[in-house]
Amino acid sequence: MLNTNLTGDPRRARLLSLLGQYGVLAAFILLIIFGSLRYEGFLSAYNFSTFLRYNAMFGLISLGMCFVIITGGIDLSVGSVVALSSVVAALLSPYGVVVAVLGAVAAGALVGVINGLIITRLNIQPFIVTLATLLGARGVALLLARNQGGVGLDPGNTALTWLGQGDLLRLPVPGVILLIAFVVGGVALRYSPFGRHALAIGGGEDASKLMGLNVGRVLLGVYVLSGALAGLAGMILAAQLGAGQPTEGLGWELSAIAAVVVGGTLLTGGTGSVWSTLVGALLLGLIFNILNFENGKGIISLSPYWQSVIRGGFLLLVVVIQSRTGRRGRA
Amino acid sequence: MQDIQKSFAGVVALADASLTVAPGEVHALIGQNGAGKSTMIKVLTGAYRRDGGSVTFAGGPVEFTSPLAAQQGGIATIYQEVNLIALRTVAENIFLGREPKRWGLIQWPVMNAEANRLLRELGIGLDVTRPLGEFSTAIQQMVALARAVSINARLVIMDEPTSSLNEREVDTLFGVIRGLKERSVSVIFVSHRLDELYAVCDRITVMRDGRTVYAGNMADISRLQLVEQMLGREIKNEGAQTGFVKSGAGKAGEPLLKAEGIRLGQRLTGASVAVRQGEVVGLAGLLGSGRSELARVIFGADMPDAGEVTLDGQPAHFRTPAEAINAGLGFCSEDRKAEGIIPELSVRENLTLALLPRLARAGVVDTVRQSEIVNRFVAQLGIKTSDPDQPIRELSGGNQQKVLLARWLATDPRLLILDEPTRGIDVGAKAEIQRLIGELARGGLGVLMISSELEELIEGCHEVTVLRDGHSVARLSGDGITEPELLHAMAQGLEPQDIPAQVSP
Repeated sequence: MLNTNLTGDPRRARLLSLLGQYGVLAAFILLIIFGSLRYEGFLSAYNFSTFLRYNAMFGLISLGMCFVIITGGIDLSVGSVVALSSVVAALLSPYGVVVAVLGAVAAGALVGVINGLIITRLNIQPFIVTLATLLGARGVALLLARNQGGVGLDPGNTALTWLGQGDLLRLPVPGVILLIAFVVGGVALRYSPFGRHALAIGGGEDASKLMGLNVGRVLLGVYVLSGALAGLAGMILAAQLGAGQPTEGLGWELSAIAAVVVGGTLLTGGTGSVWSTLVGALLLGLIFNILNFENGKGIISLSPYWQSVIRGGFLLLVVVIQSRTGRRGRA
Repeated sequence: MQDIQKSFAGVVALADASLTVAPGEVHALIGQNGAGKSTMIKVLTGAYRRDGGSVTFAGGPVEFTSPLAAQQGGIATIYQEVNLIALRTVAENIFLGREPKRWGLIQWPVMNAEANRLLRELGIGLDVTRPLGEFSTAIQQMVALARAVSINARLVIMDEPTSSLNEREVDTLFGVIRGLKERSVSVIFVSHRLDELYAVCDRITVMRDGRTVYAGNMADISRLQLVEQMLGREIKNEGAQTGFVKSGAGKAGEPLLKAEGIRLGQRLTGASVAVRQGEVVGLAGLLGSGRSELARVIFGADMPDAGEVTLDGQPAHFRTPAEAINAGLGFCSEDRKAEGIIPELSVRENLTLALLPRLARAGVVDTVRQSEIVNRFVAQLGIKTSDPDQPIRELSGGNQQKVLLARWLATDPRLLILDEPTRGIDVGAKAEIQRLIGELARGGLGVLMISSELEELIEGCHEVTVLRDGHSVARLSGDGITEPELLHAMAQGLEPQDIPAQVSP
């Protein structure tokens, strides 16, 4: 934001800045309009429900990732944590819904504690630490599942299944969970010292220390939050598919990072928005959804690999716009 | 602070340094680079542990273990580089860590109103909800001050706060400082601009070589005395304090390089200098007078706002150092460690770094020629190294400097700019480097030497240009280069019409 208007046409700079701020939302709305005009059933309750049910999980890990990236960090372990927590939820399902849910979230939070403690106490880069827990959590998930493809849920635990497959006030339960999480997250980022200090640390860690902020505690907090939200996503995954999935969640961390960046949060930390992250996550999901509909029309047949290409292109576009509008991170 | 002592790995940084600041007093702390000012401040704020001496603050002995502890104890430091968070709003920067809350949630309206009130008291009105980075450095410093005031600091340390401010901003800052005085907040003010010290400070402490050499009322010391104290005034008449052997006089004739009326922001306000072939020209002045800045402009590292640079009478406005190097210029920077040597690489590689493009054939370095050149310079400059493949970090400062000199000499330059070539080098090696510089000039090289050492300027230079506050205030040559003249020019400067328009005899 520094020197934004010093070079070039101010009107152009303003336009670019608006594009950077609202471009993602605009693209999201445009895609919805495009989809509703082109495809029958796009706006149907069924599509809406399945869309939210599936993408709620991405939304949750993106929310955690948003907080981590705001501090200038990264959490690569979330995809593995989703798998781990889904297995934990399945294994605990015979003991009731509360135990299963808390167990899944606690497993995720535990990985977050490990990440956070190593990063803050031993002063090791988040990238390396969470890469290690990415491998470790996946391994533990497979071990707990005794190397099987899945761990079935206790069929008697219908409450747990409802959390993944049920509806509340005609909304899919995962979507409701997502909405609550984002409202709480949004308030936390805007109004809680935790959120503000996370932003401050991303903007300048040394300065934050000099101002007396407890940098270590806040950083530990964001990694625990990220782990816990990934745990919640893992529980939803198990509930949806009726089984713990030790091999699921591959590469989800990258989708979450993409969603956060598309939402306009700087990878270098210091600024960021929870709501833009939500839009970013849903937008990436929407691209996939639209491709499915397009294939359904039978005119063209795009392989699912195209979603990767299109998502990648989108990510690049956003980053280029960010740098053009001067929203570059400070070293 | 009494009798503070501090050494780093056996090198004494502070020896019996003392500093006394009364409540509500603005105290100037001044000294050359390496005099120990920053070490002193870091000891005070707990960034360093002292080896000896005592610190008393607000009536009792204190022992701060970190800058944070000092801050909580009532000592705030405002650094040159503002230590706030540019991406966050002004109000947040003032209240980070102490936000007004209700039920655990931040009350933005209260925080913004409070921030507004604090800044208005300091005489500043601005939108506190904007990110801090959108404002000028001056405003950012005021915000840092507002933060200090709001945490009830009793002592505020300002480290060269005015170095990047323009005149109006400096005035605003001084207004704020006077406001602090009224609340009996003490201020330690580090600056190299004498005008400012006299304008705002009550008392002054001068440091040199890790010691306090003067402490007294600002009004009791003249500028000239002040500069004398700062630079050390041990008149040595025997000469030969340095390794220079003056080669009679510089050669007359047209200047090789001429810079005239160079302007660059606040830092250069009309600086001029000329160097002839075979001549060593000194560039003198206090810190912040614009010496290095002028050198950087000549070398193409910075673009001037105005002014003329000519080489051999032809306009020579280099846009990059590479262009300057191609035209036959060389530049040994002041900061040898950061901008000169590459510590892990060998003497051989460091020496031929600027030369590699010319040594390479089809992208492969011609090692035979490389060795030839390296051996020649190692012998010629007397570089003491066990083996050309020894990492340069293992060499002494003097020998590192020789390698850097050789690096530029290998490019066969016509003009060499040396920024403090003998700083941080032991006495023996210093004399050797100085002898070398003299020899090089005799061989026809033009040398522009920035130096803070009076002996070096007096004995080594055919001509000395003195800068003050970014412009040339005096040009001394031949026997006219004397200590009183130099000190006088650095401290007060001569009126422009007094600049002797003489040519070296």
